[in-house]
Amino acid sequence: MTATTPRQQADASVDATPVAIDEVETGSGPPGLGVGFWLAVAFLGLIALIAVLAPWLPFLDDPDAFSRDDRLGPSTDYWFGTDELGRDVFSRTMFGARVSLQIAVLAVVAGMLVGGSIGLLAGFLGGRIDRILSGAMDVLLAFPPLVLALFVVAVRGATVANVVLALSVLSVPGIARIVRANTVVFANREFVTAAETLGAKRSRILVKEILPNVVPAMLAFSLLIIGLLIIAEGALSFLGLSVADPYPSWGGILASGRLELDEAPHIALFTILLMFLTVLSLNVVSDTLQQRFSVREAAI
Amino acid sequence: MRTAAKRIPALAVVVVLVTFLTFWMSSQLAGNPCIILLGNQARGEALAECEADLNLDDPFLLRYAQWFGDFVTGDLGQSYINNIETTELLANALPATLFLMLYSVALALVISIPLGVAMAYRADTRFDRTASAGLYGFLAVPNFALAVLLVFWFAIRWDWFPAIGYTSPTDDLVEHVRGMVLPVVALAAGQVAVFARILRTDMIATLSEDYIQMAKAKGLRDAPILFRHALKPSSFTLLTVAGINIVSLISGTLIIEVLFGINGVGSLIYGSVIQRDYLILQSLVALTAILVVAVNFAVDLLYGRLDPRVRHAAA
Amino acid sequence: MSDTVHAGSNAMGTTPPLLEVTGLRTSFDTPKGRVLAVDGVDLTLERGKTLGLVGESGSGKSVLSRSIMRLLPRTGVASEGSVKIEGEEITTKSPSELRAMWGPQLAMVFQDPMTSLNPVVKIGRQLTEHVRAHLGVDKAEAREMATAVLTEVGIPEPARRLQEYPHQLSGGMRQRVVIAIALACGPRLLFADEPTTALDVTVQAQILDLLQREQSDRDMGMILVTHDLGVVAGRADEIAVMYAGRIVERAPATALFNDMRMPYTEALFTSIPKLDYPSHTRLTAIGGRPPDLINPPKGCPFSPRCPYAKERCHDEAPPMREADEPGHTFACWYPVGSAEWHDARARRRREGTPVPVAVGEEPG
Repeated sequence: MTATTPRQQADASVDATPVAIDEVETGSGPPGLGVGFWLAVAFLGLIALIAVLAPWLPFLDDPDAFSRDDRLGPSTDYWFGTDELGRDVFSRTMFGARVSLQIAVLAVVAGMLVGGSIGLLAGFLGGRIDRILSGAMDVLLAFPPLVLALFVVAVRGATVANVVLALSVLSVPGIARIVRANTVVFANREFVTAAETLGAKRSRILVKEILPNVVPAMLAFSLLIIGLLIIAEGALSFLGLSVADPYPSWGGILASGRLELDEAPHIALFTILLMFLTVLSLNVVSDTLQQRFSVREAAI
Repeated sequence: MRTAAKRIPALAVVVVLVTFLTFWMSSQLAGNPCIILLGNQARGEALAECEADLNLDDPFLLRYAQWFGDFVTGDLGQSYINNIETTELLANALPATLFLMLYSVALALVISIPLGVAMAYRADTRFDRTASAGLYGFLAVPNFALAVLLVFWFAIRWDWFPAIGYTSPTDDLVEHVRGMVLPVVALAAGQVAVFARILRTDMIATLSEDYIQMAKAKGLRDAPILFRHALKPSSFTLLTVAGINIVSLISGTLIIEVLFGINGVGSLIYGSVIQRDYLILQSLVALTAILVVAVNFAVDLLYGRLDPRVRHAAA
Repeated sequence: MSDTVHAGSNAMGTTPPLLEVTGLRTSFDTPKGRVLAVDGVDLTLERGKTLGLVGESGSGKSVLSRSIMRLLPRTGVASEGSVKIEGEEITTKSPSELRAMWGPQLAMVFQDPMTSLNPVVKIGRQLTEHVRAHLGVDKAEAREMATAVLTEVGIPEPARRLQEYPHQLSGGMRQRVVIAIALACGPRLLFADEPTTALDVTVQAQILDLLQREQSDRDMGMILVTHDLGVVAGRADEIAVMYAGRIVERAPATALFNDMRMPYTEALFTSIPKLDYPSHTRLTAIGGRPPDLINPPKGCPFSPRCPYAKERCHDEAPPMREADEPGHTFACWYPVGSAEWHDARARRRREGTPVPVAVGEEPG
C-alpha cells in the first residue's frame, strides 16, 4: 500500500525496527508455492490429457453405456460408481471434462484475442482511445456475469458457439485490463523509448517490443479466467442452459446428480471434487505465474 | 458532496450505454420476436397487435428511444405469458432477493472482518497459514456446488434445514430464518474468502505503520490497537471490493434462488429466460446493470465519508 | 560499574538511578541472517537529566531505545541483559505489566509526525485514549487534560484541534501533538527518537527547545536519539556515541566536545558545518558504508572506515577505557591526540590523502 523507498526498506532491517504488534511477513501469495505449483501442473496435465484422449482411452467406457445396475457406489469396476441410469460416473466425468475444458479454453482464446487487442491498443495509444475503450470495458463489467451469459444464450439459443460467445464476452474486460496495465508499463520502459528514438515505426514497436513482453502475463492471467469460465459454464449447464451435446459438461452431470443426492450422492460429490481440484489447480498455477510475469496493478 | 454531483453526468452516460447495450443484444434475437413471444400458433390478430406494440417497423434507434423513455418513466413492459406487469412481478420478487443478499453480505462481513484481523495479527503462524490455505481453497468452490453439498448434509442427511422454499418473515419468522440458512451460507462462503484475504493483506501493511507502533508505545491493549487504529485504515480496499463484488453476488443469488426454489428476482430472470419472455428479461437485465453502477457509485461516496483525508480534500 | 555512563550527580545516593542498563544485547532474525543491532550496552541515567544518543543510521541507536523500552516485535527478536527503571528490573515483566508502564513511566516521541499519527482517528481520541486507560479518568477529565497538554506544547486553539484530523495540521504542529501524546500520562523517562529529522529546519530548533523545556519542567529523564551531534550540543547533559551496536565513546557533554578521543566521534563532529568556517570549506564526509551488523569485522568495528586505523585495529576490538576527565570513556587503541594519531595524520598529509579537520584546528 504505502510505497517505501529502497532506503527506508534498508533502514527497516535495523534502525527503524519493525515494531508492529506482531512481526509480520508480507508475503500473501498462495500457500505452498513450490510443491503445490507442480502438483497443480501435474493434475491439470493429467485432466487435460484424459479430456483430449477420452474417446480412445481403454479404461473409459462409452459414457452412454448402461451397466446392469444403477446407483452403484464406488468400486474397482466403477471408480466413481454408476448413475441413475447405470452409466459409469468416472467415464462420464472424464467426457464431461472434455466438454467443460473445451468450451472454457475456446472462450478464453477468443477473449484473449479481443480483450488482448483492446488492452494493447488502450495501453499503447493512451489518451482518448484509452478512455473510450476503458469506458466500454466498465460498461461490460456492469453486467453480472451469469445474467449476461443467460441473456446471450436466451437471445441466441443454447448452442456450443453461443455458450462460447457468452463466456468469451465475460472474459474480455478482465483480460483487457491486465493487458492494458502491462502495456502501459512496458511502453514506458527504456528499450521501447530507445526503439522510438531510433525511428522504429509505432506499429512495429507494438508487435516486436511490447507484445512479446505482455503475452506471458496475459497467459498467466488467462488460466485464472479458465477456472472462472469452467464455473460459469457449470452454472449455465446446472441451470439447464448449456449444451448437452454430445455429452453433458460437469455442470450438467452435477445438475442430474443433485436429483440423486438421496440415494446416489457419489455422482454429485465426485463431480464437485473434480471441478474443485481443477479450478484450485488453475488458481494456483495462475497465481504463481502471475507473480513472476505480471505487473502489479498497484504499481500503475 | 460537490464531487458526487460532478460525477452524475458520467453516471448518466453509463446508464444510457448499459441500457443501449441491453436493448441491442435483445434485438439480436433470431427470427420474429413476436413469433417467439406468442409461439408458432400465434394468430394474425394477436401477431399484428404484438408487432405494433414493439414498433418492429421503426428504425432501431427510434425503438430504443421509445423503450428507454418507457423504462425511465417506470414502464418496464409486461409479460407475454401471463400479461402481468414487470413492475408487479418485480415487487413480489424483490423482498426475498434483498433479504438473501443483505443476509449473505452481513454474514460474510461478520465472519471475514474478525478472521482477517486475526490472521494479520497472527500473520505467518500456523493459525494464519491454515486459515489462508482454507480460504484460498474456498475461492475454487462454485457457490452452486457448495449449495449442493450443504443440501446433501444439512437438509438430506441431517434434516436440520429445509432444502427448498422461502417463507416471508411476516408470515413466520422462524421458518424464514430456517429457510434462509443454507442459501445464505452458500452465498456468503465465497465472499468470506475474498473479503478476509483482502483485509488480511491490508491489515498486515497497516500493522507495520508508525502510528501502530506509537499506539503500542502508549500502552494500549492489542484489541483497541487492532480495531480502533488498524481496522479503519485497512478497510478501504475491502470496501471497494465489496462494491465490485455485487456482480458476483447477483450472479450467485440467481443460481442460489433457482436451486433453493426461492421466488426472487433471480428466479424471475431465470423463468423469463426459460420461457423466452424476453421483454421482461430485457428490463430486468438493464435494471441489474444499473443497480451495479449505482452500488459502485455509492461505495465511492462512502469511501469519501470514511477517509477524512478524502473528505477534506473534496470540501 | 566503572565504564557506565553517569548522567547526573546523585548516583552515589541511596535512591537507585532512573534508568540503569547493563549488558544489553538485541538481535534480529532477518532473511539475510542474524543482525546484532545492540551489542552489549551499559547506561545509567538520572532523573531530570538528558542523555544524547548519537550515531549514524544503522548504528543501532533506535533499536537500543526500543530495547530499553521493551518495545520490540514479538517474534524474531532476542534481547538479553538488564534494564532497571528506578531499581526495578523490567526485562522480566509480562506484556501487560509493560503496557501499564508505557505512557505513565516510559514514553516515546517518534521520528516522523507525518506517519506516527493515525490519519483516520481524531487528534482528541489519540490524545485521550491512553490517558483514560492508564489514569482511569472519565471522558471529560481526559479531554480537559488533553486541552491542557496541547496548550503546554504550544498549540493554539487546543479545544478545536481535538476535533480535527492529523492531516489538518502542519508538520511542526503534528510533532507537537506527538509530544503532547507522549507527555499526556506524565512519563518519568522520555525517549525522543530523531524527533526533528523529518521536520523543516526552521521548526527543528523550536521542537528541540520544547522538548528541553518539558524535560526540565517535569524533571523527566530524556534520551535524545539523533544522528546529528549538533542537535545534542547544549541540550544533553551527557553524550553517548554509538557505532555498530556498541557505545564507542561517552562523556559529559562539555568533556566530549572539548576532548573527543574516538576517531568516529571526530568524524561525526567534522561532518557538521560550523558557522565560523570560511565559506566553501570542504566538509569531511565519513567514507565507506555503515557497519555490516550481520558479519561484523573482527577488530574495531570502525576500523574499515577509520583514517588512522593500524593493523591492531583490524585484529582486536578495543575495550572501553577511561579518559582524563571523570565519566569520560572511549574504545580506541590510538585515540585522537595520541602519538600514533599524530603520526597517521602526518603520513596522510605526505601521501596527499585528505585529512579530517582536527577539533579546534583551523581548516586549511
